[in-house]
Amino acid sequence: MAKKYTKEHEWIDMAGDVGTVGITEFAQEQLGDVVFVELPKVGADVAQNGQIAVVESVKAASEIYAPVTGTITAVNDALAKEPSLVNQSAEDKGWFFKIKLAKPDELAALMDAAAYKKFAEGKA
Amino acid sequence: MRRRSGATASRGRALSQPTSEPLKTTPLHALHKALGARMVPFAGYDMPVQYPSGILKEHEQCRTSAALFDVSHMGQAVLRGAKAEEALESLVPADIKALGVDRMRYTQFTNEAGGILDDLMVTRRADRILLVVNAARKEHDFAHLSKHLGPRGCTLRILDDRALLALQGPAAANVMARISPAAAMLDFMSGANVRIDGVPVFVSRSGYTGEDGFEISLAAAEAEAFARRLLEQPEVAPAGLGARDSLRLEAGLCLYGHDIDETTSPVEAGLAWSIAPRRREQGGFPGAARIQRELKEGVARRRVGMKPEGRVPAREGTEITDEAGKPIGKVTSGGFGASAGGPIAMGYVAPAAAKPGTRVNFTIRGEARPGAVVKMPFVPHRYAKG
Repeated sequence: MAKKYTKEHEWIDMAGDVGTVGITEFAQEQLGDVVFVELPKVGADVAQNGQIAVVESVKAASEIYAPVTGTITAVNDALAKEPSLVNQSAEDKGWFFKIKLAKPDELAALMDAAAYKKFAEGKA
Repeated sequence: MRRRSGATASRGRALSQPTSEPLKTTPLHALHKALGARMVPFAGYDMPVQYPSGILKEHEQCRTSAALFDVSHMGQAVLRGAKAEEALESLVPADIKALGVDRMRYTQFTNEAGGILDDLMVTRRADRILLVVNAARKEHDFAHLSKHLGPRGCTLRILDDRALLALQGPAAANVMARISPAAAMLDFMSGANVRIDGVPVFVSRSGYTGEDGFEISLAAAEAEAFARRLLEQPEVAPAGLGARDSLRLEAGLCLYGHDIDETTSPVEAGLAWSIAPRRREQGGFPGAARIQRELKEGVARRRVGMKPEGRVPAREGTEITDEAGKPIGKVTSGGFGASAGGPIAMGYVAPAAAKPGTRVNFTIRGEARPGAVVKMPFVPHRYAKG
C-alpha cells in the first residue's frame, strides 16, 4: 500500500495491520540537523494525534504525533546512535516506530503523496 | 510534527518587531538568497539562520577552517567629543580612559539598578570612539547615548550605511594575510583602517565564536563584492545565525536578552573581569552601588555552564533543580554543542550550586534529567596571542 501523510508532516507506510511511521523529507529539511530522537516504548498505546515522540534538532525540539490509534510494536534503535539518519533518509532508514493499528479506518482521512506534496508546497 | 521549544527561531521572534512592520535587510541580503540561505526574522531583520550545508557543518567549518558571518544588523556608531572617553565611562563600568588607541574592549551599558541595558564593544581611535551594539537594542542604545552624552558635549553618528562581516576560525588569519598583510598582523582586541582591493575597511581582531578572527566594517555598497571575495578563498564558507549561536554558547559568551538583561548584573553574569580596579573603586557608572556591593559581598545568583548527561538538550527556560528536587534556577541558553560533543547550557543558579561538579537536574518534558555544573568555556578559546 502507498504511503499516507498527515498535516503534521508524519508519514505512515502500511504492511498488513502494522504501519511504519516517520517524518517527511519536507519536515526534516525544516528542522535542520537532528541531534536526538526520543522514541516511545514498545507496547505503548497511543490515540490518533497523541504525542508519541520528540525530535531535537540543533534549532528546536518538536513533538511527533501518532498518525493513527494503535500499539507500538517496534522502534528504530539505529536513531539512538545516528540521529542524522532522519536528515539523510527521512522517509526510509530514518523511520521512528512501527504501530499496530487499532482503527484502520483512520487511514482513509490521511493524505496521499500527491495531496501531501501540494499541502507541503503551500507551507514552504 | 509541531515545534515545542526553539532556540534560534523563537529568539528571532522574541527580539523582532511586530510582524506588521516589514523586515529590514542587510547589504548582503541578495547574496544570502543566492547562496540558498534559509532566512528568518531576527531583531527586525530578515537574516540567514543557515545555508544549505546546515548548522552543524557551518559550526564545524568555523572550528576547523574559517566561516563568514553577516552581522550587519548590529548597530555601529561613532562617538566624538573632547572628553568622549570620560563621558562614556558615565554609562559603562569599563576603564575607557586607560584603553590604548586602536584597542578594543568589551563592556556593558548598566542601569541605575545595576542591571545590563546591553553589552557592546568599544574601540578607541585617535579622535573618536567606535561602538558596536546588539541589533535588537541599537535604537535604545543610541537614544541612551545621545540623551546622556549629548549634554556632555559628545556627538553620536550612527553608521547605518555600513556593513559588518565576521571572518572567524583558525584559518581566518591565513586568509587575511593573503588579502591584507597589515590586518593579519593585528593583535587580539585591536583594530586598524586598511585598504583591501582598494576598498577602505576598518578591521578588528575580534569575534563571537571563541576562535581567532576578524570583524570588518565597510561601506554597504562595497559589502557584497567584498563578501564574495572572501568566499572565493578556499578556506572560507558562509555560516548563519544558527552556527553563530552554537559557537558563542560553546565559547561561554552571553547573548543579550537571554543570558543577560536589565535584571542581571555584570557580577552575577560572571562579567566582573570586564570591570577594571579603578572603576570598581571609584564607581561613577549607573548601578555602581549594587555592583560594588556584589563585588565585595557576593551575589544572590551566578551564571554557570552546565552539561546535561545523555543527548537531550536543556533549552532556554528549562527549570534547574538540585538533587533534592528544589528549584535553583533556569537555563538561559541551551542547545547542542557540536564541538563539545553533546548538549550544553548556561543559566543562573544560587551561589551554593555554582561550583563546577555540582550535580543538578533539568526538568525536561516533566522528567528530571541529570547533569552537572561545569567550567566555561565548553570549548577552549583560541584567540590570537598578542
